Amino acid sequence: MTATPVTDSPARPAFARDARVVVPTRHPGRWAMAAVILVLVAGAITQVIGNERFQWDVVGDYLFAEPILQGVARTLMLTVAAMTIGVVLGVVVAVLRLSPNPILSSAAWAYSWFFRGTPLLVQLLFWYFLGALYPTIGAGSFSWSANDLISPLTAALLGLGLNEAAYMSEIVRGGILSVPPGQAEAASAVGMRRSQVMRRVVLPQAMRVIIPPTGNETIGMLKHTALVLVIGYSELMTSASLIYSRTYQTIPLLIVAALWYLAISAVLSVGQFFIERHFGRGFSHHRVSRRGSRATRKGEAVA
Amino acid sequence: MTTTTADEPMFQAWDVHKSFGHVEVLKGIDMSVERGEVVCLLGPSGSGKSTFLRCINHLEKFDRGEMWVGGQRVGYRPHGDKLKELNEREVAQRRSGIGMVFQGFNLFGHRTALENVMEGPVVVRREKRAVAEQRARDLLGRVGLADRVDNYPSQLSGGQQQRVAIARALAMQPDLMLFDEPTSALDPELVGDVLAVMRQLAEDGMTMIVVTHELGFAREVADRVYFMDGGVVVESGPPSEVLERPREARTQAFLSKVLA
Ligand SMILES: Nc1ncnc2c1ncn2[C@@H]1O[C@H](COP(=O)(O)OP(=O)(O)O)[C@@H](O)[C@H]1O
Ligand SMILES: [Mg+2]
Repeated sequence: MTATPVTDSPARPAFARDARVVVPTRHPGRWAMAAVILVLVAGAITQVIGNERFQWDVVGDYLFAEPILQGVARTLMLTVAAMTIGVVLGVVVAVLRLSPNPILSSAAWAYSWFFRGTPLLVQLLFWYFLGALYPTIGAGSFSWSANDLISPLTAALLGLGLNEAAYMSEIVRGGILSVPPGQAEAASAVGMRRSQVMRRVVLPQAMRVIIPPTGNETIGMLKHTALVLVIGYSELMTSASLIYSRTYQTIPLLIVAALWYLAISAVLSVGQFFIERHFGRGFSHHRVSRRGSRATRKGEAVA
Repeated sequence: MTTTTADEPMFQAWDVHKSFGHVEVLKGIDMSVERGEVVCLLGPSGSGKSTFLRCINHLEKFDRGEMWVGGQRVGYRPHGDKLKELNEREVAQRRSGIGMVFQGFNLFGHRTALENVMEGPVVVRREKRAVAEQRARDLLGRVGLADRVDNYPSQLSGGQQQRVAIARALAMQPDLMLFDEPTSALDPELVGDVLAVMRQLAEDGMTMIVVTHELGFAREVADRVYFMDGGVVVESGPPSEVLERPREARTQAFLSKVLA
């Protein structure tokens, strides 16, 4: 190393006449790519719409037909109800799974092993035919005929919900484990009890990790509800198939069903966006919440 | 909260033993801290300082011995001639009167500075939000963060986060404050702000047990210093003795290493 003179600032090199301004980087490639994609998509759409074998007039006739709308309503109801059961029970199973009590954690493990390890179709049929295995449910004067209790709807909700809970429990467990243990320790140190630690500190932060795969599960559930066909409950797919088995307009009715599934998925994705934003507060790197940014600016003004 | 009489120590430990598996990391610790006293715990890494501190609010269990805070037994109750663990509610209740500040801050990431400080009083003490908020603002003002109340932890520097963490612990109006290397994770230029807050706290009469490598702080603020090594207290006394004229070879070796 040769000795260099120590100065406060480096000498300005000769080529640096003025301090220069950085111009934003342009992305001409992106625009070209966008144009290509736009042309391809427009071509595909005109091709599909122009093909009269798709029978768009039939699609139009049935899109808002009474039985289809009823099917949409039932699909939505099944999805919401089964996911609610799945999420609530899934959280319970996940918390039990992480319990220090080995009995509880093994029971929770066995639950998700069983319900993930058998086909959903089998589970649905099993609930539906429970009456054949156990003609009465309950004990003594508190007993009911299983056939009265297990309607196609209850069998559908039990089958879809309990199965979903097994998957959700793994998602929730992953979320809980993603929260640094220091968070729970700090919460315990101020005197919170285990349930308060979980509710107030761990789960809200686990949500960031839990929400995206739960969005997947919900959209998956939307389509899995079609399986309840096997136990005689009807929803969107059943309504569509009942019509095309009568009229043989199979393709247009499948399109009707697909359009509804797409529309509902879009609404669910928008919902997911807002839920993610809510639980991301305090963590986003790109976006500073309005309250936070105001305070930051104020802070800088003072500093 | 406190049931001590004025001359009874705020904290006492007798013969505390603790093993992780077959490794004994605390081998019979005795300690006594008077009300309003500041005690610094020094010692090489792995000597059991954090483990001892965590036993005080029962974040860690111990196998033998006794600990008392403010006239109450910590973690266990007598059961015949043995000790039995307290139930969850009792453990939580004891912890709420002991403040703890961690090396890694551990602020609740989804809550603003103000909400972090309010969380304990609102959730554990069931205080009215308005009351808790007023005290939280006062406390954040005291640690020099009046203009940062609405910031999330990710928007604060390490030094600011640690001061929020101190305010969060103080919000529970603790009898005793525990600090586990509160400045070890900070950039050097931020250490001073945190130490200044702790010094003020000591002047205000808070009883404090501080694990630290900041010898300057120990010398100026501590009433007494404990030097730990290998799970035992090697030497204890006023800083003027332990830090200036250590009697034990292990203390001398440690100090010369830290000062080098
Ligand atoms: N959870 C744990 N499981 C097993 N060993 C541990 C655990 N926590 C600490 N130890 C061990 O206990 C000893 C004391 O650790 P610690 O109290 O953290 O020391 P210090 O804070 O003085 O650096 C170390 O040998 C460490 O490896
Ligand atoms: Mg330590």
